[in-house]
Amino acid sequence: MEQPIIQISHLGKEFQTTEGKVRALGDINLDICQGEIFGIIGLSGAGKSTLVRCINFLEVPTEGDVLFEGRSLGKMTPPELRKTRQSMGMIFQQFNLLAQRTVLRNVCFPLELVGEPKARAKKRAMELLKTVGLEDKAGAYPAQLSGGQKQRVAIARALATNPKVILCDEATSALDPNTTKSILGLLKEINKNMGVTVIVITHEMAVIEAICDRVAIIDQSHIAEVGKVADIFSEPKSKIGRQLILGDAARQVTFGNSRQIRIIFDGRESTEPVISNMVLACKTAVNIMYAQTRDVGGTAMGQMIVQLPDDEAEALRALHYLETVKIPYEEVTGDDI
Amino acid sequence: MTFDPATIQMLKTGIWETFYMVFLSSLFAYVIGLPLGIVLVATDTDGIHPMPALQKVLGTVINLLRSVPFLILLFIVLPLSKIVIGTRIGSPAMVIPLTIAAGPYVARVVESSLREIDGGVIEAAKSMGASDWQIIWKVLLPECKPSLLVGGALAVTTILSYSAMAGFVGGGGVGAIAINYGYYRYEAGLMWVSVVLLVVMVQIIQEAGMRMSRKGDKRIR
Repeated sequence: MEQPIIQISHLGKEFQTTEGKVRALGDINLDICQGEIFGIIGLSGAGKSTLVRCINFLEVPTEGDVLFEGRSLGKMTPPELRKTRQSMGMIFQQFNLLAQRTVLRNVCFPLELVGEPKARAKKRAMELLKTVGLEDKAGAYPAQLSGGQKQRVAIARALATNPKVILCDEATSALDPNTTKSILGLLKEINKNMGVTVIVITHEMAVIEAICDRVAIIDQSHIAEVGKVADIFSEPKSKIGRQLILGDAARQVTFGNSRQIRIIFDGRESTEPVISNMVLACKTAVNIMYAQTRDVGGTAMGQMIVQLPDDEAEALRALHYLETVKIPYEEVTGDDI
Repeated sequence: MTFDPATIQMLKTGIWETFYMVFLSSLFAYVIGLPLGIVLVATDTDGIHPMPALQKVLGTVINLLRSVPFLILLFIVLPLSKIVIGTRIGSPAMVIPLTIAAGPYVARVVESSLREIDGGVIEAAKSMGASDWQIIWKVLLPECKPSLLVGGALAVTTILSYSAMAGFVGGGGVGAIAINYGYYRYEAGLMWVSVVLLVVMVQIIQEAGMRMSRKGDKRIR
């Protein structure tokens, strides 16, 4: 593992509300490595937005600390903290562009904050607009842009000060599927070409699968599990992890009493017709409830939910077959729904 | 009623005096009210620099000043005009009570404009390392400009209507003509002319404010 650029240790956050204290985060420990795309996924209300705001101290944690390149954010003076934030760009679900400024001046904004001379700021902003493919919109105002274009401007703006990290808070949640794809592609490109570490907060498993190297699943203010996306995808250990990965599939398998299993294809077996072979070998029929193939970190990952035969002996035979050909599977129960 | 040259001259002077009073009072009221409005928003519990105690005290003082009827405030403050300007009658003397009455009002108008800003934009500026001052100068004020201009029209028309009351205590302007000739001498004609002049002035100020606001607002496609 490479040198962690961000270390989160024992981080907790409590909010004081009129109804007493509310715990948003508890005992969060995460190391985010230089140059990776790290995902943080959770359902709404799990605390993920608070967590990303704790990383750049927009929300000051009530417990624990965040280290950026080994330096404690909690011990920094306000000017030091502002300087550090310039090394961490951030993009938002609602884009948060300045409505009264043109696209070009929006991208210049963070450079103005650091006192960059106007001409140089403009030149840098134009380069960035070229990177995000919007150089022809430099003179437009945010109201004249589509959602995807606004997010591209926000990305250019976040990159202006040459940050080492970009924090993405539900950056694609307000966008349609095609636009989401192109924005995720852009983030991946920036990560690859500029070596910027990207931290992605989302509630969509598809976003994690599309670009992340590693993922942390957050549930009820705590980290449920952390690991490589491929590992968590093939073997989710926590209940919330199973729920997120099964996703819609779980909801489609509620009928029938016979046993159901989830078969995982991790790219090795994709050339082999596993189900057909199993049916031929075991002389029994299985009912395919759900199947899906996704590209996770460059390898084809598939999952399938099949209903086993009612007959116990036939079911065991099918399971035994999967074990002999070394196809990972797991039983799906009502708990996962 | 006759519109002899003397009456016309008097109306002209009245218009000039009204303009003079309203312009200076508005200017000073914004010099006081704009920073106060910014402080009210910035120091609020969810503001960029929370200072709840200061915010509360400031809010209370502004409410106190705002609750004194203008006519009473005029009597209370005119001795101050005597000290500062050297006289308690005429248009220049009225600028001080007008400013004191309008300053807190402007503060509230500015406050409500600044509160319209989307919190996310401020959060974005913070995430880029903006200081409190930079947020005020580069985000709050420019982003709220259209709303501040509408508020400006509101504030100036209010100051205009206050200035008309100054006629009761020896101030000048169109309002004084309406009071002195219309109310004290029963010259209804001259009173109505004065009132119409005031109405026209309000229309012009309001329309100008709205137009500037619309023209400068980039949120409209």
